[in-house]
Amino acid sequence: MSTSTDTIESLVKQDYKYGFITDVESESAPPGLNEDIIRLISTKKQEPQWLTDWRLKAYRHWLTLKEPQWQFVKYPPVDFQDITYYSAPKQKGDAPKSLDEVDPKLLETYEKLGIPLRERARLAGVAVDAVFDSVSVGTTYREDLAKQGIIFCSFSEAVREHPDLVRKYLGSVVPYTDNYYATLNSAVFSDGSFCYIPKGVRCPMELSTYFRINAAKSGQFERTLIIADDRASVSYLEGCTAPMRDENQLHAAVVELVALEGSEIKYSTVQNWYPGDEQGRGGIYNFVTKRGLCKGRNSRITWTQVETGSAITWKYPSCILLGDGSKGEFYSVAVVNNRQQADTGTKMIHIGKNTRSTIVSKGISAGRGQNSYRGLVEIRQSAENARNFSQCDSMLIGNQCGAHTFPYIEVKNTTASVEHEASTSKIGEDQIFYCNSRGLETQDAVNMIVNGFCKEVFKELPMEFAVEAQKLLGVSLEGSVG
Amino acid sequence: MTKTPILQIDNLHAGVEGKEILKGLTLTIHAGEVHALMGLNGSGKSTLAAILAGRDGYEVSKGTVTYMGHDLLDMDPEVRAREGVFLAFQYPVEIPGVNSTYFLKAALNEIRKHRGQSELDAIDFLALVREKMKLLELGEDLLKRSVNSGFSGGEKKRAEIFQMAVLDPILAILDETDSGLDIDALKAVAEGVNKLRRPDSAQLVITHYQRLLNYIVPEHVHVMADGRIVKSGDKTLALELESKGYDWLLKSS
Ligand SMILES: Nc1ncnc2c1ncn2[C@@H]1O[C@H](COP(=O)(O)OP(=O)(O)O)[C@@H](O)[C@H]1O
Ligand SMILES: [Mg+2]
Repeated sequence: MSTSTDTIESLVKQDYKYGFITDVESESAPPGLNEDIIRLISTKKQEPQWLTDWRLKAYRHWLTLKEPQWQFVKYPPVDFQDITYYSAPKQKGDAPKSLDEVDPKLLETYEKLGIPLRERARLAGVAVDAVFDSVSVGTTYREDLAKQGIIFCSFSEAVREHPDLVRKYLGSVVPYTDNYYATLNSAVFSDGSFCYIPKGVRCPMELSTYFRINAAKSGQFERTLIIADDRASVSYLEGCTAPMRDENQLHAAVVELVALEGSEIKYSTVQNWYPGDEQGRGGIYNFVTKRGLCKGRNSRITWTQVETGSAITWKYPSCILLGDGSKGEFYSVAVVNNRQQADTGTKMIHIGKNTRSTIVSKGISAGRGQNSYRGLVEIRQSAENARNFSQCDSMLIGNQCGAHTFPYIEVKNTTASVEHEASTSKIGEDQIFYCNSRGLETQDAVNMIVNGFCKEVFKELPMEFAVEAQKLLGVSLEGSVG
Repeated sequence: MTKTPILQIDNLHAGVEGKEILKGLTLTIHAGEVHALMGLNGSGKSTLAAILAGRDGYEVSKGTVTYMGHDLLDMDPEVRAREGVFLAFQYPVEIPGVNSTYFLKAALNEIRKHRGQSELDAIDFLALVREKMKLLELGEDLLKRSVNSGFSGGEKKRAEIFQMAVLDPILAILDETDSGLDIDALKAVAEGVNKLRRPDSAQLVITHYQRLLNYIVPEHVHVMADGRIVKSGDKTLALELESKGYDWLLKSS
């Protein structure tokens, strides 16, 4: 029956459609990392002294750290002196004042990626901040949002125009000392998105950042900060792609979410960085720190992620449930194929009373991919009546891949309830034959089965992204009936 | 009787992993006929059904299977389905998360495409589903759930017959559709199957017990033992088996 296993494996192989390179002149810092490079980045961005100092503190701390080894992934050591820490498409003259002044080549790039930025063509109902290598090239719908007091702009602009907000919250969830990659990011972060939703405002459209790595040998170190003030709510989407290149590229982002009293933040990611080729050459190292703080009472943070790209994924979007009655949710689909490796999961830290967390993780492994779920549920002593429910399901396609589960549970309050369910299944020959015998081709059968497996997660995604996610898994839209 | 048969199996030898299970099976089925295939457990009935539907992993060492004048063994399983072969499984598999209605609509549209018919949209499909549900006196709830997921044994069998009603096959093979059903469910399923009889299609009803044949009355009854048909007759053969058991046949064969 090895033949049919081979067919299944060949079916999950798909070419990476976003592997093209944009031919723009860029302005880059020389490769390597030292205090001068950090000062250069800070100067380029016209940053205030406090931020330059913060970066330098982070850098000095980073020098004392060692690269972590505990994760279940293997890769040759990263040469941090061989990476370019700042690369931006060259501007002719002054900075573009509106999207119409942005280099047409850049606009074309985003159009090719399905993210039109021009006013006429831009996506309805989604405001997009487009980040190209180290800088934001533009943000749509800014003025419309500003009318409601919503701030949505690139991180660099936020530093210039809303320094107090940035200073108050930067590093408040992920301190610069947090971990190796977060510390590196704090030293060299280039751009990213900033978002503030004022008290009582429900953001009327999806906010979205689209990250594109273009330049060779460059790293991308963006930083995203989202703050939902009391009773505010926002849904935020993140997408990303990179050209196909033979060498590995590092992506070490930090995302901080702050949810104040009664507010809601929904953060969704469809991660499609270049995964490398069949032999495991090239691809992005995606080492990301994402954390949300449910600071206020009854606040809520939901992470939904569909991870299909990257050579190595290493991320644990987490929630600190500080406010009483706050809720944290994590819905994840992680797909590995060929020689991709993923070590991903979440941390739910219950501190407040009556806090709730839900974890639903779906891992799909194909080819020689290795997929690990790693999750921590921590119930602190103060967390009276905390509840957690975790469900981790793995699906194997073929015989050479692996799925691993590492659940950690620490309970320090006896009133807590923690439930964990786990399952591993092989995409069955039986299931495929059953579909075949009803007239469905094996390709369609696999898509349908995988899509069914991921359904609980897909239904958490905003509509546009659900479609994208299903396409990414090579599946057609389900649920049009019934 | 010069009409081409729907199914013609000639001296079929087949096995799995080097073990021969079917040892020279011959059977011809014409349009409008219902055939019952009976036999003790392990005689090879499900193996025959699997080979007809095209399951991977079986080696055919000798013999031919002709379906509507074409070599059936040469077709991929999905092509067989689109050409009108339907197998109601003895043990239908569960497909979690895949909505039954969605699944069935996708299947029907594949078959319709193959026949050169236009695909049904959601509204037309639902109309068809309602009509078939009425015919089989079935509730709508099963269709709202994932394919066979968490269905009871009886629900799975009824769902299979419902799929058969919607896909409208030329050759339906029912593998022990009666097992695990109580008498009321059995009657309901049998009535459904009878309503699906048509002059231009045929049914091969595999069963262990004669009780199903009180409700689905076959033109022909075949008894299978050790990989081949050892006796064929009309419906009275089934009654004879019921009163005498299988032993007399096995001895004389
Ligand atoms: N995949 C298989 N591998 C080995 N032996 C099998 C396999 N499938 C069926 N058999 C054997 O073939 C014989 C016929 O089985 P089956 O076709 O299921 O009989 P029935 O449906 O009449 O009860 C049995 O002895 C069974 O053990
Ligand atoms: Mg059987």
